Amino acid sequence: MLTGVFRRPFYFAETKEQMYLIGIGSLYLVILTGIFAGQGFALAFSNELADFGAKDYLGRIMTIAIVRELGPVLAALMIAARVAAGITAEIGAMKSSNQINALLSFGIDPIQKLAVPRLLALMVMVPVLTIFCDVIALLGGYIIAVFLAHVSGTMYFAAVKERLIFGNLFIGIIKPIVFSFVIAFIACYKGFNAEGGTKGVGKATTESVVLSSIVILVVNFFITKIASSYLKGYL
Amino acid sequence: MIEIKNISFSYGDNPVLKNVSFNVDSSESVVVMGPSGSGKSTILRLILGLDCPYEGDIFVDGQNICHISEKEKQEIRKKIGMVFQDGALFDSMSVWENVGFYLLEHTNLSIEEVGKRAVEMLGFVGLNAHEIMNKLPEQLSGGMQRRVAIGRSLLSTAPTAMLYDEPTTGLDPQSTENVLELITKLNRERQIATIVVTHQITDAIGFAKRFIVIIEGEVAFDGTLEELRDSKDLKVLQFLAPFRLSFNEVLRKEFFNYT
Repeated sequence: MLTGVFRRPFYFAETKEQMYLIGIGSLYLVILTGIFAGQGFALAFSNELADFGAKDYLGRIMTIAIVRELGPVLAALMIAARVAAGITAEIGAMKSSNQINALLSFGIDPIQKLAVPRLLALMVMVPVLTIFCDVIALLGGYIIAVFLAHVSGTMYFAAVKERLIFGNLFIGIIKPIVFSFVIAFIACYKGFNAEGGTKGVGKATTESVVLSSIVILVVNFFITKIASSYLKGYL
Repeated sequence: MIEIKNISFSYGDNPVLKNVSFNVDSSESVVVMGPSGSGKSTILRLILGLDCPYEGDIFVDGQNICHISEKEKQEIRKKIGMVFQDGALFDSMSVWENVGFYLLEHTNLSIEEVGKRAVEMLGFVGLNAHEIMNKLPEQLSGGMQRRVAIGRSLLSTAPTAMLYDEPTTGLDPQSTENVLELITKLNRERQIATIVVTHQITDAIGFAKRFIVIIEGEVAFDGTLEELRDSKDLKVLQFLAPFRLSFNEVLRKEFFNYT
């Protein structure tokens, strides 16, 4: 699948279509997730920080938590739930109705035609959606900070800006790229290996969502661990 | 054209084909029959190189389909038209996109040109192109889907062989007749090597000269219609028994057609 990215033929139209389906189709999910996660997080932390008279640090904590951890993980989990299920179901249904074999009989490589465009689309759209999620979550935090925690808006954004440094941004962008691989590989693998008709496709779809969600959380931990060791000076 | 030499194949621990051998020459039409689960459809998958036997060899145009690269397999597959059981049309594409699929994928022809050829092909397979070309496969009847699938296989680089997997299963008598007429017409007019896999003997009798019966994964019979009728093989007799009445009826019709 990876080598397919660099191999001809390139399916630009399919990739563009998938980018639209994944990007626009998941946008509302990511916005809703971002706003409520950001607000909830800000609410919980503003109360805790108030006890120490450190409410002005809310922007800093929000940035670190959202950009490094919550944004990428929540966006990826939402995309995995929606997109991985869709990819596995579509490819699985194509397999059970012999459409994959039909592709092969026409001299078409199904990996190149079906999996690579989805991988490329995810590689572009998961980081973009994560950035959306981060921005919306930070804005959600701003609403709580200003209207409930009574932190100055200027102070909040100054603190946010202060923590938008290379290390945090790097982790925040590397994670969604890795997660896009996880989602694409698991979803396509489960789809191409779905057996047992409609029931099998349903089972593969469930497994695809569960497995990608778990792998995303595990991979997230390891990236954080590795990054905190190697990017210590930049965080 | 197609040479199958002593192949054996199994799905996991379940043996499907045992030491099967036969050849199909260019322009020859062969019907492969047998009860459900006897391994008939598997033979077509093996010819296309979708699976490989664990024993034996399959040669298509002199090339061993299992000992060549995926790229070379793709080239061979381009020369073989395959009509899958229930059509296997791409359900997210319109009828004309399905028919023109090969041209859209492998040539630089304009959309208009592909559309024009798809319309011609739909006419050739006996469908009203202008009525159905923009419909999705699910909006067509079973018989129409099967004919669209045949048209899709034909609109490639002039296939030298056509493989049909249960082309009439689940169709009403009229659609069955239309599909069979089309298969016969293709074989006779275009001189394409044809292998039809079916368990419906009466449908198969009309258009083939040679019949192969696969029972429990083995070739139980390979010969002409008359030889099949006179076969004394117990397995073949058991397989033919439910069809004997209609079998004789079709034979009588065939006889009167030729005389």
